Amino acid sequence: MDIHEYQAKEILSGFGVAIPRGGLAYSPEQAAYRAREIGGHQWVVKAQVHSGGRGIAGGIKVCADENEVYDAAEGMFGHRLITEQSGKDGKVIYRVYVEAGIAIKRELYLGFVLDRSSERIMVVASIAGGMEIEEISVSQPDSIIRCIVEPAVGMQTFQAREIAFKLGIEPDLINETVEVIMGSYQAFEQLDATMVEINPLVVTTEGSLYALDAKMTFDDNAIFRHPNIAELRDKSQEDARETRAADRGLSYLGLDGNIGCIVNGAGLAMATMDMIKQAGGEPANFLDIGGGATPERVAKAFRLVMSDKNVKAVLVNIFAGINHCDWVAEGVLQAIKKDPIDIPLVVRRAGTNVEQGRKILSQSGLPIIRANTLSEAAVRVVTAVNSQSTYLLEVLQK
Amino acid sequence: MSILVDRYTPVLIQGITGRIGSFHCKEMLEYGTNIVGGVTPGKAGTSIHGVPVFNTVNEAVRETSATASVVMVPPPFAADSIMEAADSSIRLAVAITDGIPAQDMIKVKRYMRRYREANRMTLLGPNCAGIISPGKALLGIMPGHIFKAGNVGIIGRSGTLGYEAASQLQELGIGISTSVGIGGDPINGSSFLDILKLFNKDSETNLVVLVGEIGGPQEAEAAEYIRDSMIKPVVAYVAGLTAPKGRTMGHAGAIISAFGESADEKVEILREVGATIAPNPSEIGSTVATVLATLV
Repeated sequence: MDIHEYQAKEILSGFGVAIPRGGLAYSPEQAAYRAREIGGHQWVVKAQVHSGGRGIAGGIKVCADENEVYDAAEGMFGHRLITEQSGKDGKVIYRVYVEAGIAIKRELYLGFVLDRSSERIMVVASIAGGMEIEEISVSQPDSIIRCIVEPAVGMQTFQAREIAFKLGIEPDLINETVEVIMGSYQAFEQLDATMVEINPLVVTTEGSLYALDAKMTFDDNAIFRHPNIAELRDKSQEDARETRAADRGLSYLGLDGNIGCIVNGAGLAMATMDMIKQAGGEPANFLDIGGGATPERVAKAFRLVMSDKNVKAVLVNIFAGINHCDWVAEGVLQAIKKDPIDIPLVVRRAGTNVEQGRKILSQSGLPIIRANTLSEAAVRVVTAVNSQSTYLLEVLQK
Repeated sequence: MSILVDRYTPVLIQGITGRIGSFHCKEMLEYGTNIVGGVTPGKAGTSIHGVPVFNTVNEAVRETSATASVVMVPPPFAADSIMEAADSSIRLAVAITDGIPAQDMIKVKRYMRRYREANRMTLLGPNCAGIISPGKALLGIMPGHIFKAGNVGIIGRSGTLGYEAASQLQELGIGISTSVGIGGDPINGSSFLDILKLFNKDSETNLVVLVGEIGGPQEAEAAEYIRDSMIKPVVAYVAGLTAPKGRTMGHAGAIISAFGESADEKVEILREVGATIAPNPSEIGSTVATVLATLV
């Protein structure tokens, strides 16, 4: 689960990380009021969306007076911010964060991730903060500072100190830097984060250290033990279909193609998409209906896939292990009877009770194209999309 | 022989009194697995499908001499149960549970290292379908009837994609020595490499099928071993060639993800070390058949 910048900063500040003065606004008037409250003579208005790359996309504006703050905020509210990380639809701006402008001397990068190789928490740092970090990590991978935390004892001060010195921090700022690193680690560890990123971590011309931007992502599997974090969820920043799917225990990812996929198991779902692509088609979605594919769950999956108007055909590929094929067939029928579909439907089933499943579907009298193997299913669904003729359906039925 | 389990392996089920635990207890008994006991704290003295229930793994091991355990405990308590098994001289734990917090798994893996390698438990999963040595034992949730006994080893992350591979083999009359699910979670008990090593030494396994997925370093790690030490042919398929790149908020993922994590790169790496690549998921079986035909 992702959260907003202002929420991440509030959390990190509770763990001793210094952040510039700032305040949240839901309207241009409130933004201007926040600027007055913060004081000073320069402010930054920042769109609060769940995406990186906001600066280039116009989601961050530096302002010299209250009117500029008002105008900047007004220009953001209700607009879709499309960044290189947000997907083509972008994210709608409903909240802005107004922050005191600070004079930057150096921009550093500090990140914490779960490292799959060492199976531990890893700290990643670089003297090149801001937008260049990804570029640097490719062009000069050796310049990236990495540090792995031993889980039995947690992060040690000497490790944070080593990172601080490698970042070239001035001696009188070392202790502050160590506090930022240790604090961020504590937040990561105690709140079950999967990612904490401070980019940039800045040294000001006055010689102070601030987290200028912050991102946190949390482990969905651990949200149950952090009700305070669960409350920070902002559904307006999530893909509506993905949210609906998640609320129904389905794992869905919308794509650009026109063949809807309903599959059980993430690996088989990916393999099915690969197969469709090889047969010359384009999948409209990734959808894993999980184990325990009850008729109700299959029916829900159907409605979800059909809600995508680009879908021109549906492929159901259920490998019934403990779920039985007759169950799956019931689910398909249940869904179609409620919302009749007028596009080709290919059903491939394998596993337990295949015969009963076949019988249920063939006795239904519905125009369902059957397939026995994965490749057969893919070829048939692609052919169906390409021709879109009912004639073909009839032929395949016989 | 087969790897990790055979028909005599005495097996416990942790979480046996739960809905999932009791259902699969019955399925496993019907398959012929030697289930000797179950564990649910506070339910000692009762029984499920004739299997005695104990309060702790320690007690169950003392009474039944079990050496393997299937963990079907809900996610908030699953890590604790795996550590309990590790501490009770269980040799093999198969964690079926899906949804264990990642940091719990970091703790589990660290905890297991308190035992020297010779005494350390082997963990499969979490979030896996289990392990089956056809005709001998099934520890998990897979449909036993799609696995025919024979001489091909299977290692896979995904449950249903593993079923797909097994049923294609069955269709072609090719049997399986052992099929091992290592699970789909980012931090898991055993890697492709760990299981490849076991198959390499198993006299009943002639060929190994590796069913990989996008993400993580484990396929690339396995490739190194295939190049240097594997004496048996390997057939590989990697799912996710068409999967979209994950949408991320920050840069951290991009910075640490190394070469060899995308499906294309994994395929390339595995091909280079001599594995035969199944071009698509529908041809895993036929690719295995082709390679088997070249063996003397």
